[in-house]
Amino acid sequence: MAERSFAREVEQLRVPAGTTFRGEGILAVTKALLECGVGYVAGYQGAPISHLMDVLADARPILDELGVHFESSASEACAAATLAPSMTYPIRGAVTWKSTVGTNVASDALANLASGGVVGGSLIIVGEDYGEGSSIMQERTHAFAMKSQIWLLDPRPNLPSIVDAVHHGFALSEASQSPVMLELRIRACHVHGSFVTRENRPPTFSLRQALDAPKRDTSRIVLPPASFMHEHEKVLERWPAAVRYIETHQLNEFFDGDIDELGIVMLGGLYNNTLRALMHENLADLYGRSRIPLYVMNVAYPIIESEVLKFCEGKKAVLVIEEGQPDYHEQALNAVLRRAALPTLLHGKDLLSMAGEYTVAELRRGVREFAARYRPASVAVAAPISIRRERPASAAAAAGAAMRAAAPELAQVVPARPPGFCTGCPERPIFSSLTLVQQDLGEHHIAGDIGCHLFAAMPPFHLGASTMGYGLGASSAAAFGIPASKRAIAIMGDGGFWHNGLTSGIANAVFNKSDGVTIIVDNNYSAATGGQDIPSSRANNPQRSTHHPIEAAVRGVGVQWVRTITDTYDVKAMRQALREALTTEFQGPKVIIAQSECMLNRQRRERPQKAAATARGERVIKEKFGVDAAVCSGDHACMRVSGCPSLTLRPSGDPLKPDPVAQVDDSCVACGHCGEVADAAVLCPSFYRIEWVRNPRPWEVRLDRLRGALTGWLQRRRARSLADRSLYAPQRP
Amino acid sequence: MSSAQSLASGLARGADAARPITIAVLAMGGQGGGVLVDWIVDLAERNGYLAQSTSVPGVAQRTGATIYYVELLARAHAEARGLQPVFALMPVPGEVDIVIAAELMEAGRAMQRGLVNPARTTLIASSHREFATLEKVAPGNGVADGAAVLEAASRHARRFLHEDMQRLARSHGSVISAALFGALAGAGELPFSDAAYEDTIRRAGVSVEASLRAWRAAFEAMRSPIRSEPVFDPMQTEPLPLPARAASEAVEALRARVVGEFPAAAHPMLGAGLQRLLEYQDCDYAGEYLDRVSRIHRLSQDAGRAQAPLATLEAARWIAVAMSYDDIIRVADLKSRPERFERIRAEVGAEANAVVGTLEYFHPRVDEVCSLLPRSLGLRLEASAALRARLERWLAQGRRVRSHTLTGQVMLHALAGLRRWRRGSLRHHREQAHLERWLGLVTEALQVDYDLGVEVLRCRRLIKGYSDTHTRGLGKFDRLMAAARQLLGQPDAARRLAALREAALADAQGRALEQQWQSMGLTRE
Repeated sequence: MAERSFAREVEQLRVPAGTTFRGEGILAVTKALLECGVGYVAGYQGAPISHLMDVLADARPILDELGVHFESSASEACAAATLAPSMTYPIRGAVTWKSTVGTNVASDALANLASGGVVGGSLIIVGEDYGEGSSIMQERTHAFAMKSQIWLLDPRPNLPSIVDAVHHGFALSEASQSPVMLELRIRACHVHGSFVTRENRPPTFSLRQALDAPKRDTSRIVLPPASFMHEHEKVLERWPAAVRYIETHQLNEFFDGDIDELGIVMLGGLYNNTLRALMHENLADLYGRSRIPLYVMNVAYPIIESEVLKFCEGKKAVLVIEEGQPDYHEQALNAVLRRAALPTLLHGKDLLSMAGEYTVAELRRGVREFAARYRPASVAVAAPISIRRERPASAAAAAGAAMRAAAPELAQVVPARPPGFCTGCPERPIFSSLTLVQQDLGEHHIAGDIGCHLFAAMPPFHLGASTMGYGLGASSAAAFGIPASKRAIAIMGDGGFWHNGLTSGIANAVFNKSDGVTIIVDNNYSAATGGQDIPSSRANNPQRSTHHPIEAAVRGVGVQWVRTITDTYDVKAMRQALREALTTEFQGPKVIIAQSECMLNRQRRERPQKAAATARGERVIKEKFGVDAAVCSGDHACMRVSGCPSLTLRPSGDPLKPDPVAQVDDSCVACGHCGEVADAAVLCPSFYRIEWVRNPRPWEVRLDRLRGALTGWLQRRRARSLADRSLYAPQRP
Repeated sequence: MSSAQSLASGLARGADAARPITIAVLAMGGQGGGVLVDWIVDLAERNGYLAQSTSVPGVAQRTGATIYYVELLARAHAEARGLQPVFALMPVPGEVDIVIAAELMEAGRAMQRGLVNPARTTLIASSHREFATLEKVAPGNGVADGAAVLEAASRHARRFLHEDMQRLARSHGSVISAALFGALAGAGELPFSDAAYEDTIRRAGVSVEASLRAWRAAFEAMRSPIRSEPVFDPMQTEPLPLPARAASEAVEALRARVVGEFPAAAHPMLGAGLQRLLEYQDCDYAGEYLDRVSRIHRLSQDAGRAQAPLATLEAARWIAVAMSYDDIIRVADLKSRPERFERIRAEVGAEANAVVGTLEYFHPRVDEVCSLLPRSLGLRLEASAALRARLERWLAQGRRVRSHTLTGQVMLHALAGLRRWRRGSLRHHREQAHLERWLGLVTEALQVDYDLGVEVLRCRRLIKGYSDTHTRGLGKFDRLMAAARQLLGQPDAARRLAALREAALADAQGRALEQQWQSMGLTRE
């Protein structure tokens, strides 16, 4: 079960044609897929396209009615390979993932797909995780499109344009027998807007029909001599076909303007922010009417030479707006102009920043400089004209300066707030244990992986030296399989494990006789992407087969030393297992499987159940942790080894103690880690657990009263003793 | 081209310079920023406006800081022109009408990002704090200066509206997003009626009543002409004034000594010190405390600081802390105080007769148990490897005590009762010796360099905690004492010792201290 329920959104997938659909961009894509008669959808979850997967997972009945097959793929490579039926049968297929990371993983299958070509429309929806909020390396998906001859759509970020791009994507794919990528930036995926729906269509040719009457065509398989033929086909037939379709259907857009000796070429995805930049420079209005003519490339690849020439003809200068490096569009457009011997000057990354997100502020600076250079009068206040913008010594310094330009007096005040482990996260005790073990055994090389566990690299843990890719934690420690005084430690999540870590990490370590230690974080879900089920999930999912233990898989590929810790909060057991793995005489890969359910998902499930049970009058124990302010010394060692968000500060309440003390706030889920770690680290005795019995049994009430009576005597005795030696009168409540 | 030309002249004249209403919401993962934005969008769309919202949630959802962005435009304006507006996907520095910050430092971040424009922006902030990890992990007080953010906001924003929305929402059984929605309505910057806001909450259909209560409370708070000034909590607690008469007869003589021997400025802190030591031990022990502070005070008088006796004030605090060192007896005492169980009930919101139990986490080390024994016995035990090993095995497991049971209470009371024998313990003997060495250095320093003496007193702040934490703090303290001896008689000694102390409190590993130490060219002993 995913983190979010999409019951409401699923209902929107059923609305009749002509209805106004309201929602996020990525949900609009989901609806458009059904309108296009898609036969199957597959993908791998990850921001910003997780919601597409989650909605389809919740939409089983409607998919069944339409005859659409939906798969949660094991990886992006798997998702891309799932498109194979469309190479042979006229079935429309769509796959989705987070890019560029997912496209990296998928590129083997994508290259094969693009080489053989398709007969059924094949759409690859990539969530371009670039710029603010991104969790991955900053690269462009564009490179993959160019190298494999996959057409790349980059529509304007509004719902009607995005939906149109889905419809045209399938048609373009079929017209040119090539797969098509639809690139959606993170903000476009989450943009809230509306569009008018069309009718859902069942697939015209079904997977069942294909299985009943299988076909094969050797010329579509990447084997010589067909593979050589494919190259020519791609360039000489499919490419021109794509160009014809794009020209005929006017997928790219031209907007007139009165300053017609200038022009701006931009990618569709950057349209809104560029228009806003123009508006702030008084070069356009809120409705997109620009004084400088615009050429909006809703198709980022291929470039339509005839359109480029038509737009640039007679213009003194044109500004190309594309984000990230390399500057593929600037290079390509320069080649087009040169070949046609057009004298139009091309600007791009000479006026805009060489690297980094094109925020409205950055775009504004770029268009202002462009206009100021050629039409100083059109710019509200003349900007100084320079041949080349001076670049600060370091890009990081430039980015930092931009961020800190305003309110400099707060630079030393406002603390950074990077993401971290949630309250009660079961991964926290794993890293607390590792911290404690390292205190005894010294620092080790720790290879990190992708997943929530990567937060261990941040304060307070500061653990993990690298992250090489999803599921590649163990592989990234492979070179350390040498004899040494200390063993390398690799971290891997259960999501990464099933994605590829089982083979690339574990089987590889067995085969190469590694002596390292791998910790597999087994929290029941692909947690970082939104809590989707995976093979080792312990939930019963009627649509998927779960309950496949990681330990069995690990042993199956030949690991002999395996310790499964079924409760990560048991710091002593965690510590013991880690210590043993790092010090044992045993030679060979050592795997520790650390199991406890993701707290975010567990709370989502249990909290309403407990509330309902309490309301029904059932006996429920409400737990919370607390700290005795008087006992806490304000050293905050507990926060350094735990870092739980619910563990926070408050004034000591004691004039003799100037440092704030610890307190546990209401968000506490009583996982017990703070008490556990205080105990294991022999830290301090201020922690206690509160157990409030709701709807107690009669005997419990009687026992409680009896205890009250007996301990009351002790308490009164103590109170008298304290009252006999007190300076202040007791404070009234 | 005609429409383009009319646009050109229009833009040149400044006509049709329609601008959307822009709203940025800064929140942390889990604060319901998404819910708030959904409400704003629904409110606008139902009331004649076109709306677009965007966000970059991703991993920031896991406790990190994130920004949501909304643009609104009157539908009639677009319909009159037969055109669709082009909304931006991110807030532009200087071009935001309303910034909503769900936490005080996030308001600071909004200003840092240039989103708050003094000519334009209404900044609505919750003045409560959710401490960042970096603030929490400092061994001292790492809390960011909230007053600086409040002060900056009053300068950077056109209007700055603030309230502790978290407290306000909780007190109405709701969450902060509802209070912020109420504050947005109360600010009156958007062209929507109060009823329209309330209808939005009803349409969402989740915890409607509680949300409406929190909405209303925040609305009123923004509208109320007399708004409470934000009290930024500096995490310090002021001592109570010295009472006119001691609560217990036995203590009155001590109280009278305070009045007779010390200047009024020191009375409250001396009162706090007395109370601590009376509870910790007894009247005699509290008397010894006054003797010690008195000796320091005389040095203040000798130094001509009788009017503003800084050393006396610091001595009043730190000698009390040093004399009430944290041992098992004190912990058992504090954990079995009668009022503690009422406090714990209040903490979970349980009524007086509810069945509430507690489980205490203890894990004393061998050293702590040994040092509790009478001096000679403790020394013998420490010296015997065999006995130590046996004790270590016995203490390998932490002790979980159920303090609400009779067994638990009897055990805690028995341990607390060891108070009577504390002065004979090995720990007490060691603490006294350490205390006297420290006060010896204080005395020496005060006579040579009064300010350095004050700083030597303040260094006591480094010793705190239990077990390893205590050992680490003690190590840092002893190092600073060595530094003080090296600095004695040197120019600027007090300021340098203070810098060393701040560095020692900056991180647990002592990296900052090492750096300071090196830069001052001090030698290791």
